[in-house]
Amino acid sequence: MAQAQGAYYVPHGTRWPFLGSIGLSSTVVGAALWINETTPYGKYLMAFGIACLLSMMFGWFRTVIGESLAGIYSKQVDTSFRMGMMWFIFSEVMFFAAFFGALFYARNMSVPWIGGEGDGALTNFFLWKGYTPAWPTNGPGAIGGSFESMPAWGVPLLNTLILLSSGVTITIAHHALRAGRRTQLLIWLGATVILGALFLKFQAGEYIEAYTKMNLTLGSGVYGSTFFMLTGFHGMHVTLGAIMLSVIWLRCLKGHFDKDHHFAFEAVAWYWHFVDVVWLGLFMFVYVL
Amino acid sequence: MAIHAAAHYADHAQDDHHNHKPHGFFNRWVFSTNHKDIGTLYLIFAFIMACVGAAFSGVIRTELMKPGLQFVQPYFFNQMTTMHALVMIFGAIMPAFVGLANWMIPLQIGAPDMALPRMNNWSFWILPFAFTILLSTLFMPGGAPAGGWTMYPPLAIQGGNSVAFLVFSVHLMGISSIMGAINIIATILNMRAPGMDLLKMPIFVWSWLITAFLLIAVMPVLAGAVTMLLTDKYFGTSFFNAAGGGDPVMFQHIFWFFGHPEVYIMILPAFGIVSEIIPTFSRKPLFGYQAMVFAIASIAFLSFIVWGHHMFTVGMPLGGELYFMYATMLIAVPTGVKVFNWVSTMWGGSMSFETPMLWAISFVILFTIGGFSGLMLALVPADFQYQDTYFVVAHFHYVLVTGALFAIIGAIYYWWPKWTGRMYNETWAKVHFWWSMVFVNVLFFPQHFLGLAGMPRRIPDYNVAFADWNLVSTIGAYGMFLTPIMMFLILRRSLKSGAPATMHVWEGTHGLEWTVPSPAPFHTFETPPVIHDEDLAHGDITH
Repeated sequence: MAQAQGAYYVPHGTRWPFLGSIGLSSTVVGAALWINETTPYGKYLMAFGIACLLSMMFGWFRTVIGESLAGIYSKQVDTSFRMGMMWFIFSEVMFFAAFFGALFYARNMSVPWIGGEGDGALTNFFLWKGYTPAWPTNGPGAIGGSFESMPAWGVPLLNTLILLSSGVTITIAHHALRAGRRTQLLIWLGATVILGALFLKFQAGEYIEAYTKMNLTLGSGVYGSTFFMLTGFHGMHVTLGAIMLSVIWLRCLKGHFDKDHHFAFEAVAWYWHFVDVVWLGLFMFVYVL
Repeated sequence: MAIHAAAHYADHAQDDHHNHKPHGFFNRWVFSTNHKDIGTLYLIFAFIMACVGAAFSGVIRTELMKPGLQFVQPYFFNQMTTMHALVMIFGAIMPAFVGLANWMIPLQIGAPDMALPRMNNWSFWILPFAFTILLSTLFMPGGAPAGGWTMYPPLAIQGGNSVAFLVFSVHLMGISSIMGAINIIATILNMRAPGMDLLKMPIFVWSWLITAFLLIAVMPVLAGAVTMLLTDKYFGTSFFNAAGGGDPVMFQHIFWFFGHPEVYIMILPAFGIVSEIIPTFSRKPLFGYQAMVFAIASIAFLSFIVWGHHMFTVGMPLGGELYFMYATMLIAVPTGVKVFNWVSTMWGGSMSFETPMLWAISFVILFTIGGFSGLMLALVPADFQYQDTYFVVAHFHYVLVTGALFAIIGAIYYWWPKWTGRMYNETWAKVHFWWSMVFVNVLFFPQHFLGLAGMPRRIPDYNVAFADWNLVSTIGAYGMFLTPIMMFLILRRSLKSGAPATMHVWEGTHGLEWTVPSPAPFHTFETPPVIHDEDLAHGDITH
């Protein structure tokens, strides 16, 4: 296991986290005021918060990149960063697990119980008489009105292929980086960004289709809730990943990274693979089954 | 012991810039990247939040002093029970443990600081904002959250504007905890001085390594659960609405998948602390060190598969009830290993009873009472009787107050001289201990009787049959309210005029934190110390 060798870089003082706290709290207070419709200023406060967060990220990353280019970071600091990223991704996995758990619970427990299976016979008889369990469903109350469910074998299959290909392209880019072939690095990394953007374009088209033609909305009972929360949070992560990939692409263009020092590249690649794996789960459990 | 590390320290660090504290309040505290200063901030924040939470419990106990409604309206009473729990759990106990981790883990493993010092700053500085948001709900139209800290729908989302603020403040606390936990894991796995093998680490470090893993695993699940509450209330989703195919009980499953590991998050570091204090004042190495490590790991593993015991009465299939009952009772095995190991550590030791030791011994006894009442609650048929009674309240206060909080106070007395370089007044500290020991039992022990007699929890009024023990409990509460004041005065006097502490502070200490001067300099172990096994509590011991 890695142990301390020589001095470890400990920065002295930083202003970015405090700015980040102001940003985070302004964002959420603004959002809370907005959705409660208590004041018309909520969205402005939220925009201010997001601006603070963006400047924090910009400043903080600029500082770290500067330190990295100056060669301040030892192997051990690099390991700390890697552990930080790995455990962050693990926390993201657990966040998605909560929503997958909700999906499994609804499909295998609550919907059958409302329909009278197992211990739910009386629930069905007294409260939801005449409801036959099925999936997809918007429940015995038909919340949100009748809707069409999203078929798996059109756009979602295409998106699966796109994301899987993007996992291949980023791996090729990584090999190119390690071999020092900068042009290929830029091409394949750029291809990854384009594939990510393509995925988002198709996803947006699917959402528009759902809302305008299929009457499938966030409010379409538990099917709509799980569908949009799972694919929506995933889409947000793809967006974030694509932005991170673009930043890495720009950094590659500026000549950052060499074959031994490219933690940021690898961190973003891990994140991209994580987003990819979550999508495979989504494709399987939200669309196909 | 400790000669090598101390000599090393003198060679390399003292002539360096170890006392270069930043100038100015903001530079020192707000922009800090120093693990000791951030640890201090966490501890001060936890103390303030503990006082706020105690004030809320003051409202509760005052209203419950007599049957009938005397002082507050039921709706405000419900806000107090909800806020008391949220503030004490997320604002007092957890930050106090993280503060201790910040201070002690780098000192105990020979690291110069936490692995990610800037992120460490952010972990802390989110908290004051998160709690400002949470506490501000008290002044909103519709008041603070009143549906209980467990936030069960549909009740919790029938609250007013506070729901959104509650959800978002929980998100912020989660972000803070996750970043803190990532930092702790990276520090422990990556920053140990050469020779500090995993199975030579102090047990407090081990307890935090496992706790940090629990935090990263479950705080995101809580974030997911409260996000679903938010969308159910504001965006028309049906996760917890049966008419749409969802289920309110689903929230309870997701919540307690977080909630049960969460209660171990609040006790495992306490196990670590007690496992540090008892060997010191017994002048014997910890009995069964490796068994202690495996016991903590087993408890952590089991914590993920027992959540259903919080929900025995919601209508689970019988197989589920039986499974959760037996799995829960299994936790008594590793917990019993720990209790017997603490007792065996004391057995035959040349014990002395300085204040930290008193808190540690009282922890072993009183936490065990809380553990036993937990076993009673694990039994499905018995739980059908105890569910939502004051017996549950008594149980978790024995675990969280005489367990977690007592361990935190013991840790503060134990390491205070190392932090500040000054001893506290032993006599007054013992008065603080005995005062707390008496009144905490006057406060919480009668609640067992009330619960077994059938008094429900979370109500402002009750049957006159429960009057006597409620009065006794309230007297105990008033006694306990003096203890933070006592502690504050004792520690302030120590800072001003306490006797200087030696490097070792206590006679029986082992470990790297006792090889640096008292007070610990601003920067320690800037280059890794050379460790010899005999310096460590478990360096050359193979059991």
